[in-house]
Amino acid sequence: MAPPSYYMILSAVLFCIGVSGVLLRRNVLIIFMSIELMLNAVNLAFVSLSRAWGSVDGQSIVFFVMTVAAAEAAVGLGIILATFRNRATVNADEINLMRW
Amino acid sequence: MAEHFPLGLILLFPAIGVVFNLFVGQRAGRTTVGIVGAGVIGAAFVVGAVAFGRLLGLPTGGALTSTLWPWIEAGAFKVDVALRFDALTAVMVLVVSGVGMLIHIYSSGYMAEDGDYARFFTYMNLFVLSMLTLVLADNLLLMFVGWEGVGLCSYLLIAFWYTNPEYAYNGRKAFIVNRVGDAAFILGILTTVWVGATHGLWTLNFVELRQHIAWFGPATATMICVLLFIGATGKSAQIPLYIWLPDAMVGPTPVSALIHAATMVTAGVYMVARLNFLYLLSPDAMELVATVGTITCIFAATIAITQPDIKRVLAYSTISQLGYMFLAVGVGAFSAGIFHLMTHAFFKSLLFLCAGSVIHGMGGEQDMNKMGGLASKMPITCTTMWIATLAIAAVPPFAGFFSKDMILSGAYTSGHFGLWLLGLITAGFTGLYMFRLMFMTFHGESRVEPERAHHLHESPPVMTLPLMALALLCVIGGWVQLPEGWLWGGSFSRFLSGSVGIFKPALEASDLGLSILSLAVSLTGALIAYIFYIRYPGLPTYLAWRAKAIYQLLLEKYYIDQIYDALVSRPLFFIAQYVLFKGLDYYTIDGLVNGTGTTVEASGDAVRRFETGNVQHYALIYLIGAVGIAAFYLYLVMR
Amino acid sequence: MPLWLFIFLAALAIIGAAGVVLQRHPVHSLLSLVMTLVVIAVLFIGLGAATVGFLQMIVYAGAIMVLFLFVIWLLNLQSQPLEPGHLALKFLGSLGSAALIAELLLFVVHPPPAITQNRAVAMDFGSIGRLAQSLFTDYLIAFEATSVLLLVGVIGGVALARRTTAGGGGAPGGTP
Repeated sequence: MAPPSYYMILSAVLFCIGVSGVLLRRNVLIIFMSIELMLNAVNLAFVSLSRAWGSVDGQSIVFFVMTVAAAEAAVGLGIILATFRNRATVNADEINLMRW
Repeated sequence: MAEHFPLGLILLFPAIGVVFNLFVGQRAGRTTVGIVGAGVIGAAFVVGAVAFGRLLGLPTGGALTSTLWPWIEAGAFKVDVALRFDALTAVMVLVVSGVGMLIHIYSSGYMAEDGDYARFFTYMNLFVLSMLTLVLADNLLLMFVGWEGVGLCSYLLIAFWYTNPEYAYNGRKAFIVNRVGDAAFILGILTTVWVGATHGLWTLNFVELRQHIAWFGPATATMICVLLFIGATGKSAQIPLYIWLPDAMVGPTPVSALIHAATMVTAGVYMVARLNFLYLLSPDAMELVATVGTITCIFAATIAITQPDIKRVLAYSTISQLGYMFLAVGVGAFSAGIFHLMTHAFFKSLLFLCAGSVIHGMGGEQDMNKMGGLASKMPITCTTMWIATLAIAAVPPFAGFFSKDMILSGAYTSGHFGLWLLGLITAGFTGLYMFRLMFMTFHGESRVEPERAHHLHESPPVMTLPLMALALLCVIGGWVQLPEGWLWGGSFSRFLSGSVGIFKPALEASDLGLSILSLAVSLTGALIAYIFYIRYPGLPTYLAWRAKAIYQLLLEKYYIDQIYDALVSRPLFFIAQYVLFKGLDYYTIDGLVNGTGTTVEASGDAVRRFETGNVQHYALIYLIGAVGIAAFYLYLVMR
Repeated sequence: MPLWLFIFLAALAIIGAAGVVLQRHPVHSLLSLVMTLVVIAVLFIGLGAATVGFLQMIVYAGAIMVLFLFVIWLLNLQSQPLEPGHLALKFLGSLGSAALIAELLLFVVHPPPAITQNRAVAMDFGSIGRLAQSLFTDYLIAFEATSVLLLVGVIGGVALARRTTAGGGGAPGGTP
């Protein structure tokens, strides 16, 4: 029986891999995937703590996180499409309209 | 003794005139504006006359009162907008509205060609409203409202033709000089409140102040009286603050007649008379008032002798006559001062209106050196102006004779021989400069420029009728107060005694002897003028050449304007320009403001470099924050 | 869940996650991500959260990942080399990630006493019934709000992705 802290360690590792993906890759789609990875890492932490506490509240939160992730994916991918249509790139370096 | 009467009506009518002329005047025709402008003053005069009738039915010292609304209630300090109509106010209201109405009628002719007809009447009505507020107020604070109101109107009307920079400058000069006096006036009011407050009664009401007169010690009374008198020297053009009045003559002539001769400038005299109970507590202040008045009186008269501008002569004459009034109230002859105030309102406004008529006929010319021989062209103006001249020169039976005689006898019998002597000499100067003015303007050889000569004309009836009405007043106006013992002698003093008390002479003197003496001095002055300007017209030039220094000194008005300029204006300008504006405002305050802006801009420029537009940079900063927050919680957990 | 199984699954999840970041072709990254998500779903079920685990499998590993795949194909993305440059960003990003993971691990090493061991739970823990009970009582308002959120997401996705054609009418799309 793996104790909760093991799950937490796994969650932390996955989360930081996601963080490094966001920071290190240029492709906005990969960045997006890394964000999904981070969300799942957090979900894992929630579920393991839910089990540790013996409460379903954590699972409810996971449910909401999934909903948000779904909506975010729809809108985010829409933005990526629209941007690609205008600038023909998915490179985050070249998408800098908000530059000073 | 105080009876209620709707005194608010006296103020309501001019207020209606102001509102009408301000908002409707531009669209209404000139005739309507003129009728409304003069009509509302006439209505105020009628209400004032009715109130006067009611007042005569009351015993001496009675008054009509009316409280309009509570004004200030701050703790124990309470001031109402309340009006009080006693004998002194009655005289002032009738003079202000009566003379004011005649001048309004005259103005409708004089200003007929002016583009800003409605604005003129708005200001004039506002002036009468303020002046009536001043004289009707039952407390010092409401009086001050009127005091400031007339000052404002004076400024607006002096600078009426504001497109001329010099006129606008003179308007500002009048306003600023008045501010100097008003500052002292405010201090006087505050001191009065303070005295009452130390005794638990926060009041500025004249009646209550008079009841509690015992609270005022001699030192406090002197302080208040001197402060208020400094305010009066500004408003009533006495030394040292008289300098604005001659320059105020650039305004339209009816304005000079109404504001700068008949009414506003007498506000200081009225104030001293109104607060006579306070001034009587302080012999020092009374001496100051009398001395300043007398010195101003003779000082201005000497300047008037040499001035070439017809209106400036009258302006200095006004200052001189105001000096007489202050002499009167200063020696305690308050009713004499008010009496002279009244007769002066008649003859001086008539003089100004006649001068206006001359200027009107001359097409704007004011230099007497370019007049002469106008009598045949302008007979009505000439006749009425002669009446006014005889009145101001104190020739019996014209109005000025009785009032000036009363002042001089008051000065003599109260023991002020020096002041009396100066007043007597001034009477000679008065005759001199007034007859000089008449001779130079209406008689002798014509020096009128040819292109002006052919359209020289008498003024229309709308202007000459008020002249005739005022001329009548100049003749009979003095008869309300004949010397004691003659017919109804002393009736005016008795009427006023409820407000200003009875003058008690310190010593006996022959009224008749004094009268004959002052008349002789006046006529001597007139005779000199005759010799100089009719008999031997070359003589003034010769004399001016022989006594060049004195002549220059008088012509340049003792260089007072230049002295003030060097001692007051220039240092103030220097401080304002280089210390306050350049040093403080431009470099310090602007520097702070601009420095703030520059700092914000520079820091913003530095910070905006972080706005790379690259989402990953933002994410990195986000991560740094997250690491920091996590570190903080870690610290809390591990502690 | 036995420890050896957890370690095996954890290794799979980490390999998949690393693949997301390290793969050059977006489709490969995506497939790595799917693997991680599936492993996490298994972990959920192992933790007794059956409902959430299946939702994870269906919604995440299924629907959302298919959406990603469609977009990759739509954009016709090809394999790209790992981008050079931005050394400062890479260095700081690696450093930040390392710092974060160090901190998180420190947290786990010093856990609050309550979560060192799992509590005993009822048989139906994590069942759809228990979850529904929680969602429709304690989280009712949030649950209703998610419906609005999803609606907004749908509308936003449509508005952003639609192609504005010349004279095509309608509101302008997501093309700025």
